Amino acid sequence: MTATVTVSKPTDAAPTAGRWRLLLTHPGKRKVLGLALAALVLIPLGIALWGSGSWPAGLTVDVSGPLDDANEWVIDNRDTHPLFLYFLLHFSNTATDAVDGVYQFLDAMGWLGVLVAGVLFAWRAAGLGRRGVKVAATAFGAFALCGLLGMWDATLLTIALMVVAVAVAALLGVLIGLAAGLSDRVDRALRPVLDTMQVLPAFAYLLPFVLVFGTGTPAALFCTVIYAAPPMARLTALGLRGADPAVLEASASLGASGWQRLRTARLPLARKQMLLGLNQTIMMALSMVVIAALVGAGGLGEAVYSALSTVDVGKALAAGIPIVLIAVWLDRTTAAAGDRIGESNPGGGPLHGRSAWALVSAGVVAAALAGLAIGRTWPDSWTYDISTPVNKAQEWITENLTFTEVWSREFTLWILNPLRDLLIWLPWWSVLLLVAAVAWLVGTWATALTATLSMAAIGVLGVWAKSLDTLSQVLAALVLTLALGVLAGIFCARAGRLERWLRPVLDAMQTMPQFVYLIPVVALFGVTRASAIIAAVVYALPAVVRITTQGLREVDPAALEAARSLGASTRQQLLQVQLPLARPALQLAVNQGVVLVLAVVVVGGLVGGGALGYDVVKGLSRGDMGVGMTAGVAIVCLGLVLDRITQPARRKSTSH
Amino acid sequence: MRTLRITTAVISALGVIGLSACGAADTGKKDEAGGDKTVRLTVPSWVGAQANTAVAGYILKKELGYTVKTQQMGEVLAWDALSKGDIDAIMEDWGHPKEETQYVTTKKTVVKAGDLGVTGHIGWYVPKYYADKNPDVLDAKNLNKYAKDFKTAESGDKGEILEGSPDYVTNDDAIIKNLKLDLKTNYSGSEAAQITAIKKYAKEKKPFLTYWWTPQWLNAQVDMVEVKLPEYKEGCDADPKKVACAYPNTPLQKFLNADFAKDGGEAAEFLKNFKWTTEQQNEVALMIAGEKMSPEAAAEKWVNANESTWKAWLPKK
Repeated sequence: MTATVTVSKPTDAAPTAGRWRLLLTHPGKRKVLGLALAALVLIPLGIALWGSGSWPAGLTVDVSGPLDDANEWVIDNRDTHPLFLYFLLHFSNTATDAVDGVYQFLDAMGWLGVLVAGVLFAWRAAGLGRRGVKVAATAFGAFALCGLLGMWDATLLTIALMVVAVAVAALLGVLIGLAAGLSDRVDRALRPVLDTMQVLPAFAYLLPFVLVFGTGTPAALFCTVIYAAPPMARLTALGLRGADPAVLEASASLGASGWQRLRTARLPLARKQMLLGLNQTIMMALSMVVIAALVGAGGLGEAVYSALSTVDVGKALAAGIPIVLIAVWLDRTTAAAGDRIGESNPGGGPLHGRSAWALVSAGVVAAALAGLAIGRTWPDSWTYDISTPVNKAQEWITENLTFTEVWSREFTLWILNPLRDLLIWLPWWSVLLLVAAVAWLVGTWATALTATLSMAAIGVLGVWAKSLDTLSQVLAALVLTLALGVLAGIFCARAGRLERWLRPVLDAMQTMPQFVYLIPVVALFGVTRASAIIAAVVYALPAVVRITTQGLREVDPAALEAARSLGASTRQQLLQVQLPLARPALQLAVNQGVVLVLAVVVVGGLVGGGALGYDVVKGLSRGDMGVGMTAGVAIVCLGLVLDRITQPARRKSTSH
Repeated sequence: MRTLRITTAVISALGVIGLSACGAADTGKKDEAGGDKTVRLTVPSWVGAQANTAVAGYILKKELGYTVKTQQMGEVLAWDALSKGDIDAIMEDWGHPKEETQYVTTKKTVVKAGDLGVTGHIGWYVPKYYADKNPDVLDAKNLNKYAKDFKTAESGDKGEILEGSPDYVTNDDAIIKNLKLDLKTNYSGSEAAQITAIKKYAKEKKPFLTYWWTPQWLNAQVDMVEVKLPEYKEGCDADPKKVACAYPNTPLQKFLNADFAKDGGEAAEFLKNFKWTTEQQNEVALMIAGEKMSPEAAAEKWVNANESTWKAWLPKK
């Protein structure tokens, strides 16, 4: 999310000064003192003016009326109005044709052709060395498993949707990124837009898209693009801004125009970041596959979604695994390609550059032709149905793990309920004061203002109590995620082997559609908010573990060595050197935790989380744009509040 | 200056897109394959409807030679798609008065296609093992006496009534308030979550109270008995805030896209004729959900065993 950038002030509190002087000179403590004074004045004032309790009804605005009117207008006009006939419908028809075209093409290549293409492209992207072989083997394994699970056709349809969605998202992302990378003003203006694109639950805007573009591919495609484009935009902008000034200076002094400089110096220098952006865009797009199925996009998502209605975990898993495999294949391939950028490329030869691509293409064509002889679709006899054994295993596990239910009950009774009741009991103005105070303590007055206004917006929208209910769940999930994630991250940083073992598990947790594990979660924890929290923890944990591990690994070895030579114990090294030095990474982990936990609030609504998540789902399934959008916007506001009060470090960093 | 240039670029790019779109687009999507002989059906998320869609689709394919495409989506979305012609028929509708007025009465893009033959009923249910021990729980008047048995961590000191997906029509919050019951609704958020919870309770033989309905395949696996709410009378649910009565019996309806109903030939006629009983639907639904057969396989099995029933639905030659 966004970073508030200000220049840090040097702090030079004299340690010898008296306590009071220290209090007045140390900026942090001065803030606390100021807050205490403000509280002394404001709290009695608040009690006198507004008393206690929930957000006053007089201060709310009902937006559902205008939204429903807009809804009606679209339905009445979409077949006749020129805006649709001459503009929007072209988009939806093109989208359908594009996805259909890619699918037909893949289908025409036959299973052997697709398999060989996947393997050869992975190999070409990752290079000829041992790494290349490994990546190619991953690609082979991924495709073969998709076929073995009986999901070949659905996988092709999903890949077709992904190809088009990622292409559009990447293009859009690069354009936005260019604008943001070249102009500070555009950058500032775009940041909140990009944030909203990622935090506003897709469920909330799926309905308007369906009304305008129709069910099936178009609505699904556009929603995927909206969600997946921001990382590409952010990283492109980051890459352009990070270009070495010396290089730019040199090219400017050689008389290059702005456009030439962009093309020959800045864009090539940003290549690595842009490839990382592409990688992230692919992952985001894949996580939308099941949501796309809710409006009839077909493919693997539909298989997962329909398995849910028969409460068939095995079938859902059989469709979920290919999604994970596609993600792993694309992740490893793009990551390997990214690492190779900048590596020296010895000579030409038949295995490099254009001739290599020609070889790859020739191989694919040959495989496709050979494939036609043995049949286009994956042979039925080469499939294995995992649903029965998986369902048996799931039943056995849920019957034999009884402590989960006890845990979920105690957790709800002793942590969730008190936390929710406390938040709802707090007078509304005191919540605003609290948000303002915390945001000001960790940031600037601007941070405090944004956070407070976002919190107030929730009240104005008329979803105060529901939002606080959701907030209590998000906070609980966040604490659990951070506790588990940082702990796991510490172990991973110390034991490389553990990290290697955990990597596929973390991959699966991140890319497996949450719909797959909804049923086991309910079977283990019941229909309660605890289930929603478990779903959120599973989804957010991998990012926290990864960021923590990397942060601890990157701690300056010299500092660690120094501590070791001074005789610090392992524990001391960890607590007094590694963790403090890894603080920026830990703060990033907290921030990612917030974003990811919020992203699953809606999924929590499907297993008993209630509150905002349930409302968003309800808005979509009842066709009630007012309810869905209001709850969606409230989630964005909660995201803004949490973002502002968890981002102290960014304040000190200077502009990229 | 630079911003100005970017703005100009963006505006001209939009202009180019606008110009390229100067021809009017097709409003209806092209039929991809099979031309006229394609029927598109929506597959709702619950299994009963999947059963009748599967059987209808199977007969359309095998007996009448149509290509059948199915699309899974939410109920309201399906209505919208039906109106636009993205799908041709909804085989099982539980009553959407707002959409019916909008599309059937006002816009006339959707037409009724008669009863499905199955009557749906929503109500409050408790498991039979619990009702056998406490027979007077079956009247809503006595529910307060038993509320403590239904307590969970979610419902605090009140009894919990388990609710389902947001798709479903429910008056339960109003009923609880107006009948002064010590109950609290807990929205599970999806049918899958609700079924999983019920199965779990049933396995442990725990008492529970749930919003539930017939026909439903789970009723063949978990025996549940309805709790008597004050009798339903026409109009007693007119004001959503004042509801204090039971849910009505809903004869489930079929709906067709208006153009399809006119030009759909044999397929449209067949879908209008399609009518079967609750037992027949449950038989297929249980094969799909209970025995985990694929909908096609279940439909095939049923069609092979019940020739006399579906022969009557075929268009008269």
